Amino acid sequence: MQGKTRFLKWFIGFFLLFLYAPAILLPVFAFNASSIVSFPLTGFTTEWFLVLFTNETLHLAARNSLLIAITTAIFSTLLAVLAARASTRFSFFGRRSIMGFVMLPMVLPEIIIGVSLLVVIIQMGFELSLWSITMGHILICTPFCIAILSSAFMNLDKSLEEASFDLGQTRWNTFWLVIFPLVMPGIIASLLIAFTISLDEFIIAFFLAGTEPTLPVYIWGQLRFPAKLPSLMALGTVLLLVSIGLLLIADYFRRRGISKTGIENTGGFL
Amino acid sequence: MVSFQKWRRSESAQGLFLISPTLGFVLLLLAVPLIMVAALSFWTQDYLTLDRTFTTANYVTAWTEPMYQYLMARSLKISIFVTAATVFLAYPVAYFISFHVAPKRKAMWIFLITIPFWTSYLMRIFLWKVILGYNGVINGSLTGLGIIDEPLSFILYNQNAVVLTLAHAWVPFAILPIFVALERVDRSLIEAAEDLGDSRLRRFLRVTLPLSMPGVIAATIIVFIPTIGDYVTPRLVGGPNGLMISNMIEMQFKKANNAPLGAALAISAMGIVTFFALVFLWVNRKYVKGPS
Repeated sequence: MQGKTRFLKWFIGFFLLFLYAPAILLPVFAFNASSIVSFPLTGFTTEWFLVLFTNETLHLAARNSLLIAITTAIFSTLLAVLAARASTRFSFFGRRSIMGFVMLPMVLPEIIIGVSLLVVIIQMGFELSLWSITMGHILICTPFCIAILSSAFMNLDKSLEEASFDLGQTRWNTFWLVIFPLVMPGIIASLLIAFTISLDEFIIAFFLAGTEPTLPVYIWGQLRFPAKLPSLMALGTVLLLVSIGLLLIADYFRRRGISKTGIENTGGFL
Repeated sequence: MVSFQKWRRSESAQGLFLISPTLGFVLLLLAVPLIMVAALSFWTQDYLTLDRTFTTANYVTAWTEPMYQYLMARSLKISIFVTAATVFLAYPVAYFISFHVAPKRKAMWIFLITIPFWTSYLMRIFLWKVILGYNGVINGSLTGLGIIDEPLSFILYNQNAVVLTLAHAWVPFAILPIFVALERVDRSLIEAAEDLGDSRLRRFLRVTLPLSMPGVIAATIIVFIPTIGDYVTPRLVGGPNGLMISNMIEMQFKKANNAPLGAALAISAMGIVTFFALVFLWVNRKYVKGPS
């Protein structure tokens, strides 16, 4: 019995090392003085971070990414609120197949989504722009938001809503005064998750990027130049910290939402 | 009219009304584009002019040209290896969290495991290149420790590297469904098996594993289908012999400027993957006894 558990613990240890290896090495190389990304380390420097402050193209790409990520977060959360509310509160014709269809972008290979949007945009005679990327991102983020918001809406007690009706509130007031405050943490978690996914998404953005790059598209272009690698490591470290920060906040709100409704926390966003 | 008025206030109508913007969006941005890709795959393109006469020539090329056959077979092989590696890695981790972690800390563990999935996709793949490279972390430490004299060359720019990197990217996605399935396993059934004299291994094989099969199946499908669509990992760590069908699809749409052939390849790849997924589900339903 003890032997088996010990083996399992060793396995978990190695697994975590495997899982976190890239995330651990990223900052290591970002602070390494050598301009070649490899061991042995040669010394400590913050030079690669300072380079980031003066790079105009990078700033433009970052601005584009932020714009896309914010728009994506808002719209996919809006669409997800409607879907999550509909599927958890009402039983309607074809609910299971409609929900399955709406969740489909989550399992579809991203290249298929990128290709199909590219075809439509070109066939319709539109120009590739930041909007095309945003549309693609809303499409892939919405299922993740629905997953988070469904659990938020599912935990709602229907009698609270009925009480509000009995006390003479309208449907609209009931939503804003009773339901919205209760699902608010879920909505914040959903916004943050969509923002994080969009900020980091490359496969679709690469297909749909016109002349203006997003941050990952910019990084992809720079990966070819060995001289740029150390500053990319610095940029990657910054992005890593931003993502982890956003996820920690999102998880905090998700857990708060769950504890509000008094359901046991089972963990995970999915 | 009266019945319509009544229907409008019914649950069904309210639900459909509420979900209609989301459904409309997905129809417009997913269903319509997919139909257009399907249509495109039956057309031909000469530089920039599109010929809209129906032809199956693209599919003939996609299915008979040895290069495409070869790429397709290789992609399928890599996807199967990735899926197998991911599920075998994920199961013990999910088992550990479900059976050996205190209930209060399970959420923290799941969070810990999902974090790498959300962070900097491109940099993650690139760092595997650094780790596995000729002068990389693994070769550096192995030669430094005197375990090997020459750097290992079989770990980068080949299919092993692609499988490893993809498995790394997808393993959190496999852990979650298996964990959920394991959480649902009724612990008293395992105790019953113990009381009836089953050994630890037998308990696992006859109770825990079959009851958690739905999670394993979900994990397999969730990992298998999307991995065929990744063109970044093969490009960065795959080398010339590690390229996959997605790299070819991407090339047809971009550099080669033959979107119809790209569309035919994309639809063929999707068709093959879906076929394999369905066969897998069918075999499971037929031969693996799960909780029905």
